[in-house]
Amino acid sequence: MNALVVAGVLIVLLGISYQTGWSKSRNLVTADGVKVHSRPQYHGSFTAIWAMIPALVILLLWAWLGGGVTHNYIVSLIPQDTLVSLDQVGLNATVGRIQAIASGYGVAGEIAPYEQSAGDALRSFNFITFAGTLVLAVVAGGAGLIYARSRITARLRARNSVERVVNVLLLACSAVAILTTVGIVASLVTEALRFFTFINPLDFFFGTVWAPNNAGGDNHGSYGLLPLLAGTLMITAIAMLVAVPVGLLSAIYLSQYAPKSFRAVAKPLIEILAGIPTIVFGFFALVTVGPFLRDFGNAIGLQISATSALTAGVVMGIMIIPFVSSLSDDIMNQVPRTLRDGAYGLGATQSETIRNVLLPAALPGIVGAFLLAVSRAIGETMIVVLAAGNAPILRGSPFEPVSTITVSIVNQLTGDTDFTGPQSLVGFALGLTLFVVTLCLNIFALYIVRRFREQYE
Amino acid sequence: MATDIQTFPEKASSDRTRIIRAGLRRRHLNEQIFRGLGIAAIAVALGFVALLFVDVFRKGIPAFVQSNLHLSVTFDAEVIDVGPAPARGDFASDAEYTAASLKWQRELAMLNWNTIVEASLRKAAPEGFEIDSKQIQTIPETNARHQIREMFVANPSLLGQTVDVDVLASANAANWIRGNINRDLGDAQQQLSAPARQLIDTFVDNGTISNGFAWTIFTNVDSRSAPASAGLLGAFVGTLWMMLIVIVLAVPIGVAAAIYLEEFAPKSRLTDLIEVNINNLAAVPSIVFGLLGAAVFINWFHLPISAPLVGGLVLTLMTLPTIIIATRGALMGVSPALRQAALGMGASKTQMVFHHVLPTTFPSILTATILGVAHALGETAPLLLIGMKAFVASVPATPLDQATALPVQIYLWQGNENRNFFEPRTAAAIMVLLAVMILLNGVAIYLRSRLEKRA
Repeated sequence: MNALVVAGVLIVLLGISYQTGWSKSRNLVTADGVKVHSRPQYHGSFTAIWAMIPALVILLLWAWLGGGVTHNYIVSLIPQDTLVSLDQVGLNATVGRIQAIASGYGVAGEIAPYEQSAGDALRSFNFITFAGTLVLAVVAGGAGLIYARSRITARLRARNSVERVVNVLLLACSAVAILTTVGIVASLVTEALRFFTFINPLDFFFGTVWAPNNAGGDNHGSYGLLPLLAGTLMITAIAMLVAVPVGLLSAIYLSQYAPKSFRAVAKPLIEILAGIPTIVFGFFALVTVGPFLRDFGNAIGLQISATSALTAGVVMGIMIIPFVSSLSDDIMNQVPRTLRDGAYGLGATQSETIRNVLLPAALPGIVGAFLLAVSRAIGETMIVVLAAGNAPILRGSPFEPVSTITVSIVNQLTGDTDFTGPQSLVGFALGLTLFVVTLCLNIFALYIVRRFREQYE
Repeated sequence: MATDIQTFPEKASSDRTRIIRAGLRRRHLNEQIFRGLGIAAIAVALGFVALLFVDVFRKGIPAFVQSNLHLSVTFDAEVIDVGPAPARGDFASDAEYTAASLKWQRELAMLNWNTIVEASLRKAAPEGFEIDSKQIQTIPETNARHQIREMFVANPSLLGQTVDVDVLASANAANWIRGNINRDLGDAQQQLSAPARQLIDTFVDNGTISNGFAWTIFTNVDSRSAPASAGLLGAFVGTLWMMLIVIVLAVPIGVAAAIYLEEFAPKSRLTDLIEVNINNLAAVPSIVFGLLGAAVFINWFHLPISAPLVGGLVLTLMTLPTIIIATRGALMGVSPALRQAALGMGASKTQMVFHHVLPTTFPSILTATILGVAHALGETAPLLLIGMKAFVASVPATPLDQATALPVQIYLWQGNENRNFFEPRTAAAIMVLLAVMILLNGVAIYLRSRLEKRA
């Protein structure tokens, strides 16, 4: 309700100020031969900016400080003798009760007389401050409007001012990307450091037992990263064993052999795999691939669990096939034609050219592409949550259930946000590990790919 | 040497030809093998695509069929012995009327509507069929009694009358009818008792139970107590809210950032840093964005948990790099002639960018936006971390209400204990999700081809 009122007032202010600037600009008298510097739209925008900024500043100030002021006002409403008897928790509860009375939702239990009167006082206080802020904002906006209008002359360089504001807005938007990274690093590091106040970092990074005690209490359990890391690496290795041959060979066939018409059909079809949500792959792994591998294992006398590193790895491999194939395709297309023509000229067959000339030349780039694929596999979550079996035990067989870093983050963090014990904070330590590992892989891979591109430019 | 060649020219050259021929055969064989490997790789990749779709469709299509029980329900006045529904005319104010009406509804809710459901089931059963009350109640879905009560609330004049009503068969009954459970299993392993199973078969034979298209999947919200009526509506609306937030925030911010970096930014350390940073953000695992959301939006800013607002913000941050990179690519591709022409006519740099360069990149930006949204639509992991996996049995009316999303609903359903019933349901939900994604991608491809033709 309040938000709608504020938005409505701001839109009206915007419209009026733009219109004012625009019409004044249209009516500028240019008798003395001076050309009007800016077009009417710019004068309109100029006035609108001058009107909106003071109004927005006042509203934002209130949004920022208003909560504290209201809180202090409520505290001042509580009688002195009651106030002394309350501790911090009790005070917060009382403030909450008074706010609930003021909002009209009502509260449980008996309402003390002072609470009722405080609630009534708060209701009028809320109304007065809201209306006051809004009026103040409108007045400030109006003042800005009048000032801007008075400045509009034929010589005013309104376009330049407006463009400066636009530039600042654009810069602010690109700062969002930086802020995201800062937010990621800040949240991961602060919460991970809090985790390390409970658990020694050495026990975390080199521990071999993963057994968090989720029940709470003084015994936190043990948080050894190594079983999770081993599971992650095993699944990633299996995924690459599936994705690299299939992806690379199909990229070679599509880019070197296939007729145009076949390529036009097959390439988008393979790339469908990249667009399928990972939860769908997870379901596919859980209900189809897992049971199939188990039955297949039984048939050849192998004990394979339905949810295992193998199941998750194979399906994750399928998922990253298009990733590997389109990246290698790009890389191979960048190898200069002359290298291939040279090989053909010496009488090499097409496959000999590809194996002995094209692939060695493209190798660094392809390795970079593989590393990007590895980083994607390490960070993948839903497939492993559903199909890896969630057994954080250090063991070497790919036919057994395992667990990964991402699975443990999901297990430790879902539904719980008070972040007080190591049980949930460990999610951030794991996240930090994941972030650092994938970041290093990405930077290294992008560096290799860039070096490779420069080589042939 | 010279004499050798002169003396035996035919022999030497025929030897050489033989060696080369032999080698050529081997080399051509290798060529064939290599080519075959390439075709095999493509076949494997395409085979996986086909297998995945066929598998999901094969499992999901049966879930679009629901079993309905056609009952003739008697609103027995002996069971429904509450007073007549309060009429508006008897009360002085709306408030009093509402209070009386609510009191009346509470009284209705206290009644044993199961007896009415049971009576109508017994009426449909063959004469003298022996089945106890508990067993017969397992055939209709548990919300059948609510459905009948709501009919009565809406129309109190039904008292004493008999009307035809369609109610859903329970999940276990549906499993039995469709053969989702092995019919040869012994009594101990069956979810339904022997008389109930026999009665269901009789109902199917005499037409009391028939199958119809499961509109409930699209019109109902999730339900735990009545799994047969669980639907996707709540999750779908939650997803729509999030996508709305992503489009409203990610597109303007992403395009503006791309314009700044590509057109205005001075080449400096800072812009280099932003550039490296955006490339890296695009490759950060999605679950890390979930951690960011949990720590920053929920723990520091105290935004509500499980809300589409937070989900939308997290997905926005995740989609931004994609949109920035695509828009920069499009801006880079605009011909310098266009820029120089605009500048030459006296446009300022800002005018050149906004009036001339940006409009030509519209098709690429639109395509990138749709693809980015499609990607965000299928994302599950970050949403789990901001509490969107809570069970929500309502349609979120605002972005601040508790909600879940389509992919999270899939995750929740695949974990349901009633596997026989929920595995097809999950596959059906996946079909809906895939249909939305294919639709979005199709729209992107269509728009791109149309707009590019026009440009």
